[in-house]
Amino acid sequence: MASASEEVWVLGIHMTKFGKHPDLDTVDLAAEAVQGALADGGVTMKDMGVIGAGNLMGGALPIGQVLQKQLGQTGIPVYNVSNACATGATALRVAVMAIKAGEVDMGLAFGVEKLAGAGLLAGGSRKSDDSTWTPSGRYGAVAGVDGRIGTEIMPGVFAQIGLEYGHRYGGTSFELFAKISEKNHSHSTLNPLAAYTKKMTLDEIMNDVMIAYPNTRPMCSANCDGAAAAVVVSGSKLKTLSLEQQKRAVKISASILTTDPWEEACQILPNVNDLTRNAAAQAYEQAGVGPSDLNLVELHDCFATAELVHYDNLGLCERGGAADFFNSGATWRDGTTPVNVSGGLESKGHPIAATGIANVWEVATHLRGEAGDRQIPGAKVGLTHVIGLGSACGIHILEKSAA
Amino acid sequence: MAQQIPLVDYLVLGDDPHLVANECTSCGARYFDRRNACASCEATGFKKVDIPTTGEVRTFTIVTFAAPGIPVPYVAAVVDCEGTSVRANLINVTPDPEHVTTGMKVRLATEVIGTDDNGTEAVGFGFEPLGG
Repeated sequence: MASASEEVWVLGIHMTKFGKHPDLDTVDLAAEAVQGALADGGVTMKDMGVIGAGNLMGGALPIGQVLQKQLGQTGIPVYNVSNACATGATALRVAVMAIKAGEVDMGLAFGVEKLAGAGLLAGGSRKSDDSTWTPSGRYGAVAGVDGRIGTEIMPGVFAQIGLEYGHRYGGTSFELFAKISEKNHSHSTLNPLAAYTKKMTLDEIMNDVMIAYPNTRPMCSANCDGAAAAVVVSGSKLKTLSLEQQKRAVKISASILTTDPWEEACQILPNVNDLTRNAAAQAYEQAGVGPSDLNLVELHDCFATAELVHYDNLGLCERGGAADFFNSGATWRDGTTPVNVSGGLESKGHPIAATGIANVWEVATHLRGEAGDRQIPGAKVGLTHVIGLGSACGIHILEKSAA
Repeated sequence: MAQQIPLVDYLVLGDDPHLVANECTSCGARYFDRRNACASCEATGFKKVDIPTTGEVRTFTIVTFAAPGIPVPYVAAVVDCEGTSVRANLINVTPDPEHVTTGMKVRLATEVIGTDDNGTEAVGFGFEPLGG
């Protein structure tokens, strides 16, 4: 049985093709990801001691137990978790914690979402005004406030987050944010599992439909269907497995979850910066690595404006230097710190609860040297990051096996 | 003049329209909604304070795609009112990036958003360019 100082490793991991899956329901997608992860790890449901399960938009079903009924009802504990866009990372973290706590030596985490064709996921439903004004809620509002007192739509919230960074530090422009999107769409052409794999020119991106300035449609994360799953194992259990399993295992050197600490404006505009900074500091300390050690980063580019601020929040560049850092070419796949070589949420897609495990799959696949045409040569260390508004930040640092 | 009601209870109408916040009597943190306790220091005492009616745009977005029934384009912003951050629309300004910039000086303004079956007007607020 594992001990509190136990190492935790990814033994098996899988993501489905992201995109439209009209013939597969939520459970089918989850089952495909989980069966893939189990097969990848050379294990079965009978080996699992715990399940962390995530699904946000599928209704009230306990998705973990629903999955068990399709793949194996072994009676183990299921933790169905919900943490907005950090749900997948949270599910993974549950399995990691169970191993660290010494309760199990192997666990499963998965996230799944059916989102193809969905529109705005927040602020998309202001009801019409009542026939008489009656104050209600904690602000005593007599009518809907979205669009009357600022915006609730995510493209608009994250647009403000990007422009605020530009206001504070300078160097940003509509064109700069569009270039970040150009990079990710370019990266996606090498990822057969991405929802969109079409290269887009800067002109095409800037002249596409404006959603919330400066975010045009291709600068927004793509709603799509998808699932991802991971089997994690304790270091001591891994030693009892085959050499092949040990060679392909990927070490989780840091697994961190934070929430947003109080600051003056955090309840006016979500602060996605402080909790990411805190998570990054904890993750680097736990893993004993620094930003310059990272061979690739999958960060939460829910919008092009968000990717920029996270260069800074993750310490990939100097404070305030995100625009110069991007302009140097550092985050392109041939740069010093490749970011979102999968295509990112803007082109790979963002099936919300799957995202926090799919980005671990991306990094793990590079560390295993199995990323095919988009392989980052010699990748040894990588970082994954997600933000769920509300807010939660999940960071995992992964390292290649020395076996 | 028709009866008026504010869109939200932290907007005070009358001759000198302004916003009010609940200020923590222990640490000074400000909230526009009611609070069970202060998210900064956990204290439970609050007092009403008036918020300055002028400020500076710290960030904004121009929303051009929204839910049915919400007129677009509109400008959503965070205004720094002498140290208190306020969420609001920018109004009485052309909604394009040539006319809206971070750092621009603005002041509170009110506008009627509709009239109900009793003839009561609901009054909302926004910020408009200073000297405009």
